[in-house]
Amino acid sequence: MTRIDKRKPEETRPMSAEAGVIKRADGSAVFRIGETIAYATVYGPRDLYPRFLQDPSKGILRVSYNMMPFSGSGDRVRPGGNRRSKEISMVTKKALEPVIDLGDFPNAVVDVFIELPQTDAGTRCAGICAASMALADAGIIMKDMVTAVSVGRVGKDVVVDLSYAEEDYDCPEGVADIPIAVLPRTGELTLLQCDGRLKREDLKKAIELSKDAVAKINDIQKKALKEKFKGESQ
Amino acid sequence: MIKSLSKGIRQDGRKLEDFREVSVEYGASKSAEGSARVKIGDTEVIAGVKMEMGEPFPDTPDKGALMVGAEFLPMASPEFELGPPGIDAIEIARVADRGIRESGAIDLSKLCIKEGEKCWMVVIDVCTINDAGNLQDTTALAALAAIKDTKLPKLEDDGKVNYKEKTDQGLPINCLPIAVTVVKIGDSFMVDPIIKESEFLDARLTVTTLDDGTICAMQKGGVSPLTVDDIDKMVGIAAEKASMLRKSLG
Repeated sequence: MTRIDKRKPEETRPMSAEAGVIKRADGSAVFRIGETIAYATVYGPRDLYPRFLQDPSKGILRVSYNMMPFSGSGDRVRPGGNRRSKEISMVTKKALEPVIDLGDFPNAVVDVFIELPQTDAGTRCAGICAASMALADAGIIMKDMVTAVSVGRVGKDVVVDLSYAEEDYDCPEGVADIPIAVLPRTGELTLLQCDGRLKREDLKKAIELSKDAVAKINDIQKKALKEKFKGESQ
Repeated sequence: MIKSLSKGIRQDGRKLEDFREVSVEYGASKSAEGSARVKIGDTEVIAGVKMEMGEPFPDTPDKGALMVGAEFLPMASPEFELGPPGIDAIEIARVADRGIRESGAIDLSKLCIKEGEKCWMVVIDVCTINDAGNLQDTTALAALAAIKDTKLPKLEDDGKVNYKEKTDQGLPINCLPIAVTVVKIGDSFMVDPIIKESEFLDARLTVTTLDDGTICAMQKGGVSPLTVDDIDKMVGIAAEKASMLRKSLG
């Protein structure tokens, strides 16, 4: 088999990451995979208003995912959010929540903002990778990084990191797109969605196939964070 | 602060009429038909142009349409919140819009496909990445840079826009209107205010000028009134600084 852009099944598109790219924020990062670019910033822990939203037992996490109006492959995306962005914000929050400990910050909020200036599929995964780095950059206590990538089936083949051309691929078997987020230490999943027909054995195969990519992405995340804090240890 | 300003000294060591470093990078978003990242000091925005097919406005049936929006993303500052644009973002977008519209920078009559029925709509969105002051000038410059960078997408025979194929046709650009905001604090005039300076301003005047000094848009802000002398001085400073910003567009 060959993929549209000649990648191997387990191969991601070229990736890069940087931490601390937005100075006003308490933590920030940018994660790029192929033509998809995700910024994430973290503000907090800070006071949460209105008060009825506060949790006296622990701090809460809020996540907002947003595509910039000009970042879609077709028409302009109207600013202000839509059903899709709301759902992605919610699943991203669920993907990040298990690793962070806000027990020391009752009544406070940690806000995560994910913004995409340019997209070519895999945006929620890129957003999660950037957000996880931004949380670490902000000094939030974390059990692990969260590393996300999309896996799936294009025609008969199980592949990693689908591009938009692959998601859109027209074939009798169709396409299944499965964004996942993984805790690299344990291999547990904190995000799992599936869009398309999929056999049970293909799901196992796809997750298995993602292991290399997850390790690679995790390395890139850690390297970028270490780069930012280089020379600050003294 | 007012004392040191009267001696011509600013918090970050600049002179009153110095801008911070300005950089313009074209093609910041490949998803857009035209885009640019503009940095003035630590202030950073990305502007993107989407070309849409639409109906001309009833009062200008033979012209294309232009829209400028400014998104103060909550990512860019702890002061910005989620939700529809606030009055500050609306003002900045409208001032940037007026500069481009009233100067005739884009020849909108060339963007009409069929009178009264079909035209190109130039939709410019400017998103803040980091707010470190002077979003007005940064936004206006980025909007202009994104227009300069724009290539029209292919228009298929059935009248639909094919966003996957860009043509090599750019927008019909006549001139480059540049917005410069001059701030008055006490008796001092300065440009490119950082956030601290904006908090203390008595008055501000944004002046958009062309390369021959012609004014094409203005906006006064702040609580203090300005004398005619003040205004004349501020227009002069704005026109002079505009030429420097125009050069940064390459």
